[in-house]
Amino acid sequence: MELIKPGINIDFVGFRHKAFLISGIMILVSVAAILWRGGLNLGVDFAGGTLIQVQFAKPTTPQDIREALQDIVPKSMIQQIGSGDANEFMIRADITPSELQSLSDEVQGALSKVYGEGQTTVRKVEMVGPKVGADLRQKALKAIYYVLLFMAVYISGRFEFKWAISGIMGGVLLVGVYLLEAMGLNAVHLIFGALVFLLLLCWFLKLPYALGAVLSLVHDVIVTVGLFVLLDKEFTLEVIAALLTLVGFSINDTIIVFDRIRENRHKDRKQPFAEMINSAINLTLSRTILTNGTVLFVLVCLFALGGTVINDFAFALLVGVIVGTYSSIFVASPILILYEELTKSKRRPQKAAA
Amino acid sequence: MVIFVGAMVYLTPTLSPSLPSWWKGFLPKERIHLGLDLQGGMHLVLEVEADKAVDNHVERLADDLKETLRTEKVPFIKVEYARGSKIVAQLASPEDQTEFAKVVEKIFPFLKIAGAEMLAEGVTVNLILQDTEAQRVRKMAESQALETIRNRIDQFGVTEPDIRLEGEDRILVQLPGIQDPQRAIALIGKTALLEFKMVAEEVSPQAAKEGKLPVGTKLYPMRQTDSGKTRTGENQIVLKDRTLLTGATISNAEVRIDSQYNTPYVALDFDAQGARVFERVTGENIKKRLAIVLDGVVYSAPVIQDKISGGKATITGSFTDREAKDLAVVLRAGALPAPVKILEQRTVGPSLGKDSIDQGMLASLIGAVGIVLFMIVYYRFSGVIADLALVLNIILILAGLAAFGATLTLPGIAGIALTIGMAVDANVLIYERIREELRLGKTSRAAVETGYSRATATILDANVTTLIAAVVLFQFGTGPVKGFAVTLSIGLLANLFTAIVVTRVIFDYLLTQRRVRTLSI
Repeated sequence: MELIKPGINIDFVGFRHKAFLISGIMILVSVAAILWRGGLNLGVDFAGGTLIQVQFAKPTTPQDIREALQDIVPKSMIQQIGSGDANEFMIRADITPSELQSLSDEVQGALSKVYGEGQTTVRKVEMVGPKVGADLRQKALKAIYYVLLFMAVYISGRFEFKWAISGIMGGVLLVGVYLLEAMGLNAVHLIFGALVFLLLLCWFLKLPYALGAVLSLVHDVIVTVGLFVLLDKEFTLEVIAALLTLVGFSINDTIIVFDRIRENRHKDRKQPFAEMINSAINLTLSRTILTNGTVLFVLVCLFALGGTVINDFAFALLVGVIVGTYSSIFVASPILILYEELTKSKRRPQKAAA
Repeated sequence: MVIFVGAMVYLTPTLSPSLPSWWKGFLPKERIHLGLDLQGGMHLVLEVEADKAVDNHVERLADDLKETLRTEKVPFIKVEYARGSKIVAQLASPEDQTEFAKVVEKIFPFLKIAGAEMLAEGVTVNLILQDTEAQRVRKMAESQALETIRNRIDQFGVTEPDIRLEGEDRILVQLPGIQDPQRAIALIGKTALLEFKMVAEEVSPQAAKEGKLPVGTKLYPMRQTDSGKTRTGENQIVLKDRTLLTGATISNAEVRIDSQYNTPYVALDFDAQGARVFERVTGENIKKRLAIVLDGVVYSAPVIQDKISGGKATITGSFTDREAKDLAVVLRAGALPAPVKILEQRTVGPSLGKDSIDQGMLASLIGAVGIVLFMIVYYRFSGVIADLALVLNIILILAGLAAFGATLTLPGIAGIALTIGMAVDANVLIYERIREELRLGKTSRAAVETGYSRATATILDANVTTLIAAVVLFQFGTGPVKGFAVTLSIGLLANLFTAIVVTRVIFDYLLTQRRVRTLSI
């Protein structure tokens, strides 16, 4: 059986200007959404606070629960989760009792008073102090940064045989960030700065493959995060894990196309660059669709049937894989062409002058 | 090449059947650990307030210093502990100061003089701990807290608890399958500092409330007990500052039942040193009241009727059975050197854990079955080979989890499901390449040959980058996320082996031994 006919030749590369426009709009919308909402909707993992998941024997409403808890947690966010007949609710409060008595007991007590003894079950409690929350925030950002950095180093090494240069670049960025952070710089600003610096370095050190890969990864992460913000979904540890995994997945696709480009380049040196890239994308298209199809299928299963706990995790990956597939075809490889065009147009006037 | 293939063909029966049996060999003893999110339980991160331990240490040193100055006959107006881990000494003259400095240098070398001030009424000297000493006290407090918590949990009886230091001053406690998290928290978090102090009988609590506390005494709250058994109705009591004996000298603590009132109490046994001190103290203070103070609350203050030898004491206080049992546990395990604070608490009820397993497994199973069917439909017989590799892959992941003693979490199950989705990637890459080569008119053998050799580099690159992500994830994550990183990493490695080596061996076997001419792909 064949889904994609062997001789297929879609003009992906010709579509690149429109693709850049679409990506640009998606990124703008994401950034605007983040600014408009005033940042991300951080879960208790990162913001600190208490999260209690309660199951009720009989149907109830968030309003009733809020009233029952009025005295203990005056400001709470209550949300129904799972299917409607499960009667499960998430109660979130910003309080983190550092004393040894826990909020969950009080909540259980108050709910038992209103709903009756044995009518409510506390299924899960998460309490994260502000200190741990802040730690995790920094760790999450750093993790994403390190993943991108290592990817850049690996790709430059493998695809352009510039292990030395990319190794030094990675080392400098690692040590630099470490030192600057030790000097007390804000880690968030620092990491964004380091990322921009990384992209600039890729440009000036002539590492177009790493540039394309990292840009498309940043693109994937921003668009996924943007969608999360638009849907007002919470950022939890699991979602960050999903983001890191999606970086791993997305680079997978990119690498497979790059690999084909590298191979074709050795085969036929006369073929125009853009045409060669297009043929590489087309040759790997069947594989791209098959693999991402199977992964997507598994993710849909996890998303639909995996239960409330991994719902957001599966959702983030689902979005990420779709965006990642798009970006490895329409962003990563066309960036190689863009780089080639830009560097050539620079070179030409130099030659004329000489 | 032929020899290599032949060797691999002979190796396969030994390799692959040996793997499942090796796994089975592990299964009864070394089961795959389920994470807290799957079996239910509690995850706690505690912070040892090591600064308090330093404070306590300095406070004790202030007392020691006072005693030493008296025995060394160095005159002083006042020596007392002050906020911020300081000892403030007031001396009458600069001559006294020199004497004082000599004593400090000789007997308390770990104290340093942070500053001295000349005042009209004399000299004020500030003493603080040397940095290295403060550091040592902190470290001690942390390791001692860890040890104490470990002891308490051991005595409480939790199967497979995980208790360890994390970072500088944090203690990670994981208690799988715990039924009553609140009780466990109370047990772990109780400082359980037991002290015996004399009651300052000449001071009435009323006088104390009016602020007429004599030097060297302090007002303490008293535990409310049921009427009838209490001698006095007071809820506050004034005690002398001096601690005569602490819980550190307890060798055993047990719950006993009072035969008269049928209520539980805790019976204490002192060690030899404690018994000696207790005998002396009770002998010297007959007909006076001795207070038993736990974490700053007076539990009882009985009148000493006679000298008590044999090193036994009791704590009463109308406990419930459970309270008495927990109190005995914490007293046996010893006091925490400093209070602990909860930084993070995650509790998953067993019912949620079970739901998670069921749903996670169901989703993964449907995903896996879907992919297996798809591969057969799409690649026909070669799809069956890829599916074989897939099954072996899952077995290897489970074996790997068991062998490394790794923990399976819910995201971990998701990780396995994802690996299934990705595992076919390698085979898809190879098969697409073989199809391409076949189209170019190559023979089956040549097509398989080039297909594998071309695709291998790509597969390696793709897997290495994902592995990078998984390793960073492992560094970053806690608990469930770590479990995901582990299954993902093991899955990737297993995938490399099964997709590249195992399927290759099967193809080579079919093509060379069985002389299959046309590939069903």
